[in-house]
Amino acid sequence: MNPQLLRILPEVILTVTGVLIMLIDPIMPRAATRKSMGWLAVLGTLLALFASIQQLHLAPGTAYFNTVQTDAFSGFFHILIAGIVLTSLLVTLDTVTNDQENLGELFALTIFGAVGSMLMTSAVELLLIFIALEISSISSYILAGFRRHSAKGPESSIKYFLLGSFATAFFLYGIALVFGATGTTRIGLIAAQLPGSTTPLIATLGVGMILIGLGFKVSAAPFHVWTPDTYEGAPSPIVGMMSTAPKAAAFAVLLRILFVSFPTLYAHWQPLVWWMAVLSMTIGNLGALKQRNVKRMLAYSSIANAGYLLVGFTALSTDGVAAAAFYTVTYAAMNVGIFAVISHVGGYEDRLTTVQDYRGLGYRSPLMGGAMAFFLISLIGIPFTGGFFGKFYVFAAALHSGLVWLAIIGLINSGVAAFYYLRLLAAIYSKPSENMPLEQMPRIQISMLFALLLTVVSTLMLGIMPGRVLSAARAASLTFGIQGSSMTTAHPPMLDVETKATVVQ
Amino acid sequence: MYVVLFFIFAALCVAGALNLLLQRHPINSALSLIVVMVSLAVLYLLLGAEFLAAAQVIVYSGAIMVLFTFVIMLLNAGEEDRAKSTSRVASAAGFPGVVALVCLLSYVYLSEKVHLGTTALGDQLVSTSALARVLFRDLLLPFEVTSVLILIAILGAVALARKEQN
Repeated sequence: MNPQLLRILPEVILTVTGVLIMLIDPIMPRAATRKSMGWLAVLGTLLALFASIQQLHLAPGTAYFNTVQTDAFSGFFHILIAGIVLTSLLVTLDTVTNDQENLGELFALTIFGAVGSMLMTSAVELLLIFIALEISSISSYILAGFRRHSAKGPESSIKYFLLGSFATAFFLYGIALVFGATGTTRIGLIAAQLPGSTTPLIATLGVGMILIGLGFKVSAAPFHVWTPDTYEGAPSPIVGMMSTAPKAAAFAVLLRILFVSFPTLYAHWQPLVWWMAVLSMTIGNLGALKQRNVKRMLAYSSIANAGYLLVGFTALSTDGVAAAAFYTVTYAAMNVGIFAVISHVGGYEDRLTTVQDYRGLGYRSPLMGGAMAFFLISLIGIPFTGGFFGKFYVFAAALHSGLVWLAIIGLINSGVAAFYYLRLLAAIYSKPSENMPLEQMPRIQISMLFALLLTVVSTLMLGIMPGRVLSAARAASLTFGIQGSSMTTAHPPMLDVETKATVVQ
Repeated sequence: MYVVLFFIFAALCVAGALNLLLQRHPINSALSLIVVMVSLAVLYLLLGAEFLAAAQVIVYSGAIMVLFTFVIMLLNAGEEDRAKSTSRVASAAGFPGVVALVCLLSYVYLSEKVHLGTTALGDQLVSTSALARVLFRDLLLPFEVTSVLILIAILGAVALARKEQN
């Protein structure tokens, strides 16, 4: 096979699957169910997953005039995104009814969104990143509005779309400024051009703009305002995917851009990321405390989680990158899992909305209640769950880099977060009062069982033996080759901490 | 000559953009947008980017604006009601935010003025063949991937706008 094609094989497989779904859907009889399209999408995602794993055996390298690069880093995120999309498709298959409208389009858009997210993680050309980001975002905007009968659906979609386009403009302007300062849009070349640039101030402004654009995509404060409304109005299985796959991709892009292109501007972007992390954690957790609606609460929780993740960014070290990459995996496992439960018990049209509606879930459906309780425990960050190690590595990386205050603020926030997670947990295991709407519990289908199995096992394994994922995250972070030469001269104390940390290891 | 043309069309462009924001009727705003697009095309031409200028006129002033106008006509959109649409957040945070951004950008550009390169109006900056080489060789993959982007845009428009079947 064409060696260049191998480097974009997962994306090609997914694109072909998406096009196939679009072609078969109109041929099928009008009354026939489109669920088979979902299984076709599952098949395509599985093939893409295998192709991504195969890419790991390829020697790291670039293709198509140095616009894409496959290495341990892109492979790590490719496999993660394929896993998320696979699980979300299984959840969607369980949640939707047979005569659901626009079902074929729903599956096709999910698949195309995955193409964009995957391409973002392997692109090393800013223009390709921009187009991949748009593919991923536009499919999310559309999917967010798929509950057309509820007034919340279009509201969710239009808010996401308008604010998202605004953020994209910032991202694009940032790229233009960086190009103006360095004369290139290749991520690797920017770092080489930057020291010789006569206009470093313009490059710095460009980094700031890129940070705003991507900060919006990962719903980091102060660019988070769209999140609660969008999550509330979008169909639950879509929210599970939307809050993890495109975000993981955006974090991967942010890592690549900040650590490969702009390590020399560390002194400028680090305070910005520091503030974004602190604001996201604080606003997210305080906002979640006030919420009665479960999906809105989890939306604020995702803002807070974006904050924890950004903590990993502030430490310019291989440990920080590895911690951030590991955190995306743990967050994806528990968040896709909890939204799988919400999708199942609430259905596509959200029958259950408030915390009160979840009263007695543990009695009515021990499996669903138990799974939800487990994910909540992981979200709190109790040991023997993935959530614990995710937070542990992120804060450890921050401490190693001497960012003590950031770690303290993060730990206080984790404590605050426990309150609202525990409130939902208590509701699940409190005796249900009479005439609650939980009677009609839908039958658990095989696809939902698979999805639950995948998410529960991965959350558990990440908490018991995180070694394999951690070593993969470490291998991914090593591809950046963070030397610490130029930035450590700007921050002499950090050099000591860094070297000490490596000596200890 | 070039400088005179530049100032005429730059002023026209800014005036068109302001008019676009201030007009109440959507069709007036759409027509002002055409003025902005065409003046921009002239500015591109002054900088020697003839292909970009032609594409600007054909794609934006031609295709996209015709579509805009059609949509406005079909929806029969009337004059917007200003009284209801004033947002307190927009005036309290939005306008100062825009002013701050413009100040920041002007500060950066002015402070880096000596280092920024210069060019004379009317110089040939980039040839169409050089542009083609970048677009169809170096950026081949982004160019091809754009087709996926357009595909999902069409798919989404159909899915969201389709009438219910039953």
